[in-house]
Amino acid sequence: MKGYIKREDDFQNRRKHLAKLSDEELKQRFWELAEETVKPLLELARTHTTPSIERSVLLRMGFSSLEAKPLVEGAIDRGLIGKGVGHIVYRISNEKKIPLRQAGLEMIEGKHWDDAVAIFKGGEK
Amino acid sequence: MKKVDINEKMDIKDILSNLENYRPKRKGWTWRKKVDNLQEGPHTYTDCSEPLKNSIGIPAAVRYFDNLDPQPQETITTEIASGRFEDDIRRMRMAAWHGADHIMVIRTAGQSHYDGLIEGSPQGIGGIPVTRKQVRAQRKALDFIEEEVGRPINYHSYVSGVAGPDIAVMFAEEGVNGAHQDPQYNILYRNINMIRSFVDAAESKKVMAWVDMAQIDGAHNANATARDAWKVMPELIVQHGLNSIFSHMVGMKKENICLSTVPPSAAPVPCTKYDLPYAVALRDLFSEYKMRAQQNTKYITSSSREATVTHVMNMMISKLTSADIQSTITPDEGRNVPWHMFNIEACDTAKQTLVGLDGLLDMVELKKEGYLPEKIRELKERAILYLEELLEVGGYFEAVEKGFFVDSGMYPERHGDGIGRKINAGIGVGTVFERDEDYMAPVTAHFGYNNVAQYDENAVDNPSILIDGCTLEKPEKIVFIDELDENDNVNNRLEESEKYRNSNMVKPEVEWLADGTVQLEIFLPTSKRVAEFAAIEFAKKMNLTDPEVIHTEVLHPSEGTRVQLKGKVEFDLDMNTLSIPPEPEVMSDEELWEEIEKKPLKVVAATVGEDEHSVGLREVIDIKHGGIEKWGIEVEYLGTSCPVEKLVDAAIELNADAILASTIISHDDIHYKNMKKLHEYAVEKGIRDNIIIACGGTQVTPEIALEQGIDAGFGKTSKGVHVATFLVNKRREMNK
Repeated sequence: MKGYIKREDDFQNRRKHLAKLSDEELKQRFWELAEETVKPLLELARTHTTPSIERSVLLRMGFSSLEAKPLVEGAIDRGLIGKGVGHIVYRISNEKKIPLRQAGLEMIEGKHWDDAVAIFKGGEK
Repeated sequence: MKKVDINEKMDIKDILSNLENYRPKRKGWTWRKKVDNLQEGPHTYTDCSEPLKNSIGIPAAVRYFDNLDPQPQETITTEIASGRFEDDIRRMRMAAWHGADHIMVIRTAGQSHYDGLIEGSPQGIGGIPVTRKQVRAQRKALDFIEEEVGRPINYHSYVSGVAGPDIAVMFAEEGVNGAHQDPQYNILYRNINMIRSFVDAAESKKVMAWVDMAQIDGAHNANATARDAWKVMPELIVQHGLNSIFSHMVGMKKENICLSTVPPSAAPVPCTKYDLPYAVALRDLFSEYKMRAQQNTKYITSSSREATVTHVMNMMISKLTSADIQSTITPDEGRNVPWHMFNIEACDTAKQTLVGLDGLLDMVELKKEGYLPEKIRELKERAILYLEELLEVGGYFEAVEKGFFVDSGMYPERHGDGIGRKINAGIGVGTVFERDEDYMAPVTAHFGYNNVAQYDENAVDNPSILIDGCTLEKPEKIVFIDELDENDNVNNRLEESEKYRNSNMVKPEVEWLADGTVQLEIFLPTSKRVAEFAAIEFAKKMNLTDPEVIHTEVLHPSEGTRVQLKGKVEFDLDMNTLSIPPEPEVMSDEELWEEIEKKPLKVVAATVGEDEHSVGLREVIDIKHGGIEKWGIEVEYLGTSCPVEKLVDAAIELNADAILASTIISHDDIHYKNMKKLHEYAVEKGIRDNIIIACGGTQVTPEIALEQGIDAGFGKTSKGVHVATFLVNKRREMNK
C-alpha cells in the first residue's frame, strides 16, 4: 500500500465553520485559499529558471531548437545557467563585437566559454 | 498558394511549398460572433452566431430544409490527429464545413517526455509529433480553409511536458490560437518533476498570454483516471482553481482561461443528479472564466451509438448552464484513433443538439430550492475543505506527496489510493536553477526576475530592444528547420501514396489516403464468442485483409450478436472505367408546389396488364412516401391488372393531363409491349398529342421505354420527385 491516509466521509463535521457563510462569502473563501496555495509556486517560478525556459529564450533570440540545446547544456556544465543563457550569448556578442547569432554559433563550437566564465564568475558586470 | 476552389481538393504539395517564408494571417483566439435573434428563413434563433459562407448542414437540413445551417454560439472543437498531419489537413477542411472552428491536434505518444522541440515531419502514434513544420503547414492550410467557410478557425495543441516553454514560444511564433497548459497534468499523469512543472508553466503561460492564446486546463484527466468519476468532483474544482488563479497571476486574462470541464458521470448511473449540480457549482465559482465543455470519456465504450447519446446528454448540461467551447469526442473514440467520418458525425451531433435546444433557458429555469442548490452548496464546501487541508499539510507540493490527488473517495472521504509524487523525483528533477542577481533574458514575454536594468534602464519594460527585437516582434529571425530525418518525413509518405493523389485512381480510406480500411456490420444468430470468430471468417471470405472485430453487442445470449469489424481492401478502382449516368433532374419542393398551385395537374394511374403489383406505383403516388400527391398533383388510381384501354378511356373521361402506368411483369417483354399498346391506343383515340404518358417498373430501362412511343420510362431507383419534375417539365414543353 502507498501509506496514504484513509478516512470516512466526515463532511458534516468538517463543514461546521462554513455553514454560516453566504454563497458569496464561500466563493471568496475559495479564491483566497486558491491564491494562497499558488503564491509560493509563483515565487518559485519568479526566482528560478530551467533548461526549457532558457531554450525558449534562445529561440526568441533567433536560434533554432538544435542550436539552443547545446548552448543551454554548455551553460549548465560551467555553472552559468543562473545568469541566463541568452544573457551569456548577449554579453559575448557585446564583448567581442560580433553579431548575436555568430556569438552563439561560435559558442556551440566551444569558443568563448572561458571568457564567459571569467566575465560572470569574476564578479565583473 | 492558389486560391481555394471548393470543387478542387487541397493541394498538399502546394501547402508545403515555400513554407519557410509563410507567416500566419493573425494571432490569438477568436470567439464566434453571437447574433441576437438571428433570422434564418421563417425561424428566429436565440443562441446562434453569424452564419457561414460555405457549409454543410446536418442530414435533415440537406434533405428537407435547403441546407438550413444555423451556427450555435458555442465554439465547436474537433480533435484531429491521425499520425500523418498531411492527411489530417483534408479532414480539417471537411470538419470546418460541418461547423468546427476549433481544431485540436493531439500529440504523438511520448512527446511530453521529449526535452526540446521535435523538428521535421515524422509519423506519429495516436497523434502527431507536433513540430514547427507541421504546425506551420496546418496553420497555413487553415488560413485558406477559414476563408472558404467564412469564419476564423482556432488552431490548438498542447503546451505540456518538459519542453513547455519551447513549445509555447514556437506556438506564439506560428500563430497557434489555443493550447492546453496545466502543470498539474505534467505532475500527476506524466510524472514530470513538480517544481520543474510549475516553474516552466509560468514561462509558458506568460508567452501564451502575450499572444492572446486561449488556455484549456487539464483537470478533466482526473475524471478519466478516478475509479468512480463522480467522486472526484471536489478535487476537480480545486484543480481548476489552482491552474486558473496561477495563470491569471502570471498575467493571463481571465477571459482567455478556459476550464476543461467534463460531466463526471454517465448513464446508467443517474448522471444528471451528479453532473448538473457540479456544472452549476463550477460556473458559480468560476463566473469570470470560460467553460470548455468536454464529453465524458471515462465511460465510453466501443458503441458509437452510446457515445453519441452521452455526447447529447452532456450538451444538455451545457445548454442548462453554459459553455463557451463545446468540445466533441468522436463516437469511435472508444475503439480506434478517430476516423474521418466520425469527426464529422461528432460535429454534426453538436450542431444538431445545440441548435435543437436553441432558446432553452428562455423557457425553463433551474430550481432555486431543494436537491439542486443543496448539492451545489455541498460541492463548493467540499472543495474549500480540500484547499484548507492542502494548506494545513504544507501546501501544494506536500499535498501531492501525500496522495491527495485522484483519490477515489469523495473528499473529505479518502481511500488512500491517490496518485502521489515525490518533490525530489520525476522526470526533470534537479533541473531547476536559482536565478542569480544578474540574471537576464533579452526577450519579450519572459516571466519573472530579469535584470535588464544592468544594461539599459529604458529596456526594463521591453527587454528585447537590447537585441533589436526578438522573434515575437521580428518573425524573420525565426530559424525554420525543414527535415532532420531523411526517411521518416512527409515527402516520402506523399511519394508512397502518389498514385492516388489528384489522379483517377481511388481507394477507400478512413484516416490516411488510400489506407483501404472499410467497416463491416453483421448480425450472426449465435452467441457472442462464436459470432466474433465467425465474423472474422466472413470478412476473410469477403477478401478483407487484417480483419479485426471493433465492436460487439449481445442481442440475446443465444439468439444473436451484432458485430462490427474493420479490414482492408487490397484493390483500387480507376474512376475512368465507371459509367455514371447523368443525375436525374429534380425540382425543389417550392418550385413544384408553386407550379401545381398555379396550374393544377391531373393524372390517372394503374398497373397495366395481368399484373397485381401495386407497391411501386403507390410509392410514386402516395404523399406518405414522398409521392407526387405531395406537391398537389391530383391522382385517380385505377388499381392493378387494369386493361390499357380502360386506362386511356379514364384519362379521356377525367380530362387528365397524364397517364402513369406501372409495368412490373417483364416476361416476354410484356412490359414494353404494354407501353407500345398504350401509346397506340391513345393515338387511335386522338388524344396522344394532348396527353403525357409515363411508365415505370423495376425492369424498365428508360431508353427502351422511349422506343415504345411513350414520353418517359422510370426504373427501380426513380422516386415521386423525378416523376413530378418530369410531368411539370413535359407540360411546359407541350404548352410552348
